[in-house]
Amino acid sequence: MNIVVFVKRVPDTESKIRINHETTSIVEEGLSFIISPNDEYAVEEALRLKEAKGGQVTVVSVGTDESLVILKKCLAMGADEAVLIKDPAKETYDGLRTARVIARAVEKKFPSSDLLLFGKQAVGADNAQVPSMAAELLGFPQANVVIKLEIDGNQGTAHREIEGAMEKVTFSLPAVVSAQKGLNEPRYETLKGIMAAKRKVIPVVTFEELGLSQEETAPQVEVVRLEMPPARQAGKIIAGTPEDAARELVRLLRNEAKVI
Amino acid sequence: MFLVFIETREGKIKKSSLEVLSEAQRRGGELGEDVAAALCGSNMDCLNPEIFSYGASKVFLLENDQLGAYSSQGYATALHQLAQELHPKAIFFAATAMGKDLAPRLAARLGVGLASDCTGIAVKDGTMEFTRPIYAGKAFLSLSLKSSPQLATLRPNVFPLVEPRNKAGEVVKKDVAIPESRIKGLVADILREKGEEMDVTEADVIVSGGRGMKGPENFALLKELSAVIPRSTVGASRSAVDSGWIGHQSQVGQTGKTVSPNLYMAFGISGAIQHLAGMSSSKFIVAVNKDPDAPIFKVADYGIVGDLFQVIPPLKEALKKALAE
Repeated sequence: MNIVVFVKRVPDTESKIRINHETTSIVEEGLSFIISPNDEYAVEEALRLKEAKGGQVTVVSVGTDESLVILKKCLAMGADEAVLIKDPAKETYDGLRTARVIARAVEKKFPSSDLLLFGKQAVGADNAQVPSMAAELLGFPQANVVIKLEIDGNQGTAHREIEGAMEKVTFSLPAVVSAQKGLNEPRYETLKGIMAAKRKVIPVVTFEELGLSQEETAPQVEVVRLEMPPARQAGKIIAGTPEDAARELVRLLRNEAKVI
Repeated sequence: MFLVFIETREGKIKKSSLEVLSEAQRRGGELGEDVAAALCGSNMDCLNPEIFSYGASKVFLLENDQLGAYSSQGYATALHQLAQELHPKAIFFAATAMGKDLAPRLAARLGVGLASDCTGIAVKDGTMEFTRPIYAGKAFLSLSLKSSPQLATLRPNVFPLVEPRNKAGEVVKKDVAIPESRIKGLVADILREKGEEMDVTEADVIVSGGRGMKGPENFALLKELSAVIPRSTVGASRSAVDSGWIGHQSQVGQTGKTVSPNLYMAFGISGAIQHLAGMSSSKFIVAVNKDPDAPIFKVADYGIVGDLFQVIPPLKEALKKALAE
């Protein structure tokens, strides 16, 4: 099986986000960056499928040179190859643009892919657009927000999370699958893996090499502004015995907040 | 014209679709656009009166045997055909599991941008500005779309419902052509766990537990508390989920789900930054925690500093009494 996993570099979920003066982007200075946590489940699933069925796992990121760090991590986890598609732009918050780059990369560089794996969404832009858009551009079926995946020959079955239930989706390969927490428990890199990853060369592919025109990579989304959420004020601390405090809380929820 | 995709589950319209219809009506009113609704499947006529009462003047029923089971490819093909015919100014979806699966597929087919999971739409100089949380709500992005039609998914539980009115409209049935080869994946079955629970993204009230719950068995206390409150469900922090105390589908926060209920009650949750990001757009927040310095108190409207195990039983009784009145 030829599996390609798409990963993105995002700010650590423990970090505070600040916005620049122009209110057009976040301040990257002082932030630490990680592979988007949902993408780790995708990498792990690819490695497990390869271990069970054989094949090749290639990890790809669309981003700046700084994304090489997360690609190295994926190699250290056990991926066979990694490729960076160099994006001259930083975060555009535009899913279609990224999906077009990915669809073209699959056509030109990975035409014999059986499975494209993604995280359900990049923790950051939170669009949850790219997997479905890439699937449509390539004419592949999709299964998103997947917590169980089985591949049997040319057929796949996935359980995907919906509100209060699970959808069982059946599809033919090649296909797009996006991973959700619960699919698996991602492995740690081994020391041997880290050493091997250090020696690996990660090829860098440009938009020009993929034959992407400026029109195709022009964002459809125009950032008007970024802003901080309205600050919440600390409210009332209700004193008294647990019984008194509980009764007072219910009274406030009913008469003041009017939410019950 | 604004087109609203209406999602049904088990023959019923989802509340979040009615919220989208309501918002489309408000913004359509500002921009002088009529609201039409689109449904995929068959035997949907009984739903028309409800759709009209929430402001649609037309309903398009997209009928095809292949649309009986949901498939992103089938539904996107059907909506694409309708969009090519109607040229709507905008197409709106609820940001539900289905809406998030379908809208990007349609956007790519149309070659247009998509505003995902919006919590606000403003009309400025005759165009729409969409506001959406990014970094799970640590920041907000306002954007405009350069392409037409404008596609957006709207977060459930955020946009208020309009008052339903008794009103008629036009029903248009469309046979859509979907080549069999187009559908390469579909929903074969819907699996429910026993004791079907409301999803945290749809609940009006979330009763949430963290490390302070001390163990999986104590989540039963939260389930009992939730059972007293209508339209409520149990949520959890990452540490409770990672400890295996409760399933990951209940996780609230940046690596779980971002929620906006009317009331979020946090028991034994200290308030890590990634958790606060996922729940601080709740309308009201209650925190119960032993530690008076826990960061959760900085965002809570009401706080009780104390032992949650002593607070939950009288709270349940007081709620039961108040709700029975």
